[in-house]
Amino acid sequence: MRSRYNGVPRMTTIISKVRNGAEESLKPELLLQMHDLMRKARVLEERLIRMQKQGDGYFWIGGPGEEAFSVPLGLLTHKGEGPQYDYLHLHYRASGTMLALGADPVDALRQMKSTASDPYSGGRNFASHYSVRKWNVVPVSSPIEVQYAMAPGTALAQRRHGGTGITIVTGGDAGTAEGDFATCLIWSARKGSELPMLIIVTNNQYGISTPYDGQHGEKRIADRGAAFGIRTLTIDGNDPETSYRAIKQAMDYVRKERKPFLLEAMVSRLYGHSSSSGANYIEGEADGLKLFEDKLIARKLLTKERADELNAKYTEELLEASKRVRDEAPPAPEDIWKHVFAEQSVVGGSSGNKGAR
Amino acid sequence: MTTMVQAIRMALHVGEERHGVTDIFGEDVGAPLGGVFTQTQGLRTAWNSPLDERGIVGAAIGLALAGSRPVAEIQFCDYAFNTIDLLKLAGAMHWSSNGDWNCPMVVMTPVGAGIHGSIYHSHSFDAQATRLAGWKIVMPSNPRDAYGLLLSAIIDPNPVLFMAPKALLRQKANNDSEEVPGVPSDERELSKMIDAPLGDRTKWKPRWPDTPDLLIPIGKARMDRAGNDVTVVTYGRHVHVCRKAAEELATEGIDVELIDMRSLHPYDWDAISSSIKKTHRVVFVNEDTDITNFGEHLLRRTIDELFYELHAPPKVLAGKHLPGVGLADNLEKGSVPQLDDITNAIRTSARHEP
Ligand SMILES: Cc1ncc(C[n+]2csc(CCOP(=O)(O)OP(=O)(O)O)c2C)c(N)n1
Repeated sequence: MRSRYNGVPRMTTIISKVRNGAEESLKPELLLQMHDLMRKARVLEERLIRMQKQGDGYFWIGGPGEEAFSVPLGLLTHKGEGPQYDYLHLHYRASGTMLALGADPVDALRQMKSTASDPYSGGRNFASHYSVRKWNVVPVSSPIEVQYAMAPGTALAQRRHGGTGITIVTGGDAGTAEGDFATCLIWSARKGSELPMLIIVTNNQYGISTPYDGQHGEKRIADRGAAFGIRTLTIDGNDPETSYRAIKQAMDYVRKERKPFLLEAMVSRLYGHSSSSGANYIEGEADGLKLFEDKLIARKLLTKERADELNAKYTEELLEASKRVRDEAPPAPEDIWKHVFAEQSVVGGSSGNKGAR
Repeated sequence: MTTMVQAIRMALHVGEERHGVTDIFGEDVGAPLGGVFTQTQGLRTAWNSPLDERGIVGAAIGLALAGSRPVAEIQFCDYAFNTIDLLKLAGAMHWSSNGDWNCPMVVMTPVGAGIHGSIYHSHSFDAQATRLAGWKIVMPSNPRDAYGLLLSAIIDPNPVLFMAPKALLRQKANNDSEEVPGVPSDERELSKMIDAPLGDRTKWKPRWPDTPDLLIPIGKARMDRAGNDVTVVTYGRHVHVCRKAAEELATEGIDVELIDMRSLHPYDWDAISSSIKKTHRVVFVNEDTDITNFGEHLLRRTIDELFYELHAPPKVLAGKHLPGVGLADNLEKGSVPQLDDITNAIRTSARHEP
């Protein structure tokens, strides 16, 4: 098979050790926690894929292959409501981040099944289109790249608010061709008005089917930050230790300096783009979870048996949950009219500006 | 008498001081210019954004989601077309999250023809705007309504689009009923207080008159002129043209009832339908292009619900379906409804024998 990395830097040429603190090892408990969440996220995605294939959902899209990046991202996020906490403008491959934040995977099954109990959209939106106001998780929406145009807004509010809250925005590589990506760079880097933003691109080297090479003249997407004086880094996002350190380093900088950072993570796409492209396991892609598991076993932090047990436990739990979710009520036809207009303002947390009324 | 831009400026000031407006921004909105129509001069929270309409709407959404109260401007509605999906996103925020989030933001933009603005400063946005479910859409026809509608837009927990007819921006209130309450009666005095001087403005500070919280409810029309023979439904700049038409027709014994919608969505169907039930004849007037025009929706609803009330074919009078409004006087006049077109349409309706 043709190398996926034609025309773009191969993994080995990409920074896999993050400078400051590269040698500092992460605590075993953290490594095991990341492994646990990565497995949980993988099992969740595989359950969602299965549900869709069995007719318990209309469409699947998600993030198997991005767990080694998305899980550390969630663990490092300051979770809460309002500008003193981090805002998350995620795309549709962020289940790992959500689970690391503490989301119940059963809620993702509810969204797949389009039940009224789906807490993210009440049966209105696709799987992996999360929305949690109490955690500053802005509704994920399907139009590619719009989150990069919205994110400067929450960051503006945070710049004014002060503190350590930052805005995090994620999306894929192909979408960076949209003007909204340029918007994000321009708005975050205005002289004297820099914004506390962690701008992330998870680069899986594909749009839906279109490979990266042929679409991009720039060697790395992160290079585009340089023109704006934005600090940048490209990392191997298939390694959770590298991801954790890089995200931490980037976040520390953004939290403290209140300036943007552009982080590009090279990741895999293990089940293709979505259910529309079959959602079958793709051979030949690096599997960050498997690599990490092998590493932990080699380091004697984990045994094969324990890893298999964990897999079996989550698989069983989510299988059972998917059966229960099947019986949960769908939204009623008249529910379409709910929430067209808000009666009162609820955004912004305790520091939110509720207007005159 | 106050102009509409002055009214907008005063409403924004009251918004900043009393209703939590945190950011008034857009292209050339901040000092020194204070907006290409002077509508944001002297405002404490006004700032210049990059020349990026998508960025402007996106930033407004983000600010709103973080609990700020943004009022964003698109310099001319002609340049809002590339923001449509972001506008849709704002309108979808509450609904798509099943009520979890709301998006309290205002976008203001000048609309329409009438100032010889040529192809790309003359567009209307009515049809596009009214397709943005989840948004409230308002358009004032006079300074008082501009003031009161903008304040209502500011305190609303939803996204509100405030469309200002650009041909009316510099027009003064015609009479006390169109005047902003609380302004000095001497218009030169008001100008001295709140219009930025020419030349160096670095030391200039406005002195704001004490204007009240006039909240004109979104969704309520204004009866501009009561009459018995034909209902004319319009908004914005054409309120004034239709009023002239009504005055002319009064001399022919045709008694026009003129409704200024003020809100395009939600709109005041009660006001429209009760008027049609009284006059049994209706003409909808606006200057947007006429294929898939907002007036067509009103006409369709009229037919659906009031068919047997009608004594004459209901009519939509709108702009011609053209790529733009041409610059030459004849071209502009030929493109958007003029006084004679309106007078003729109302007369035809009034004289129609069922
Ligand atoms: C504005 C827009 N255009 C097209 C699409 C259809 N679409 C959905 S995902 C996708 C590819 C996105 O690729 P990339 O940005 O690399 O993200 P990835 O899905 O690979 O993570 C396309 C074209 C869309 N959803 N939105």
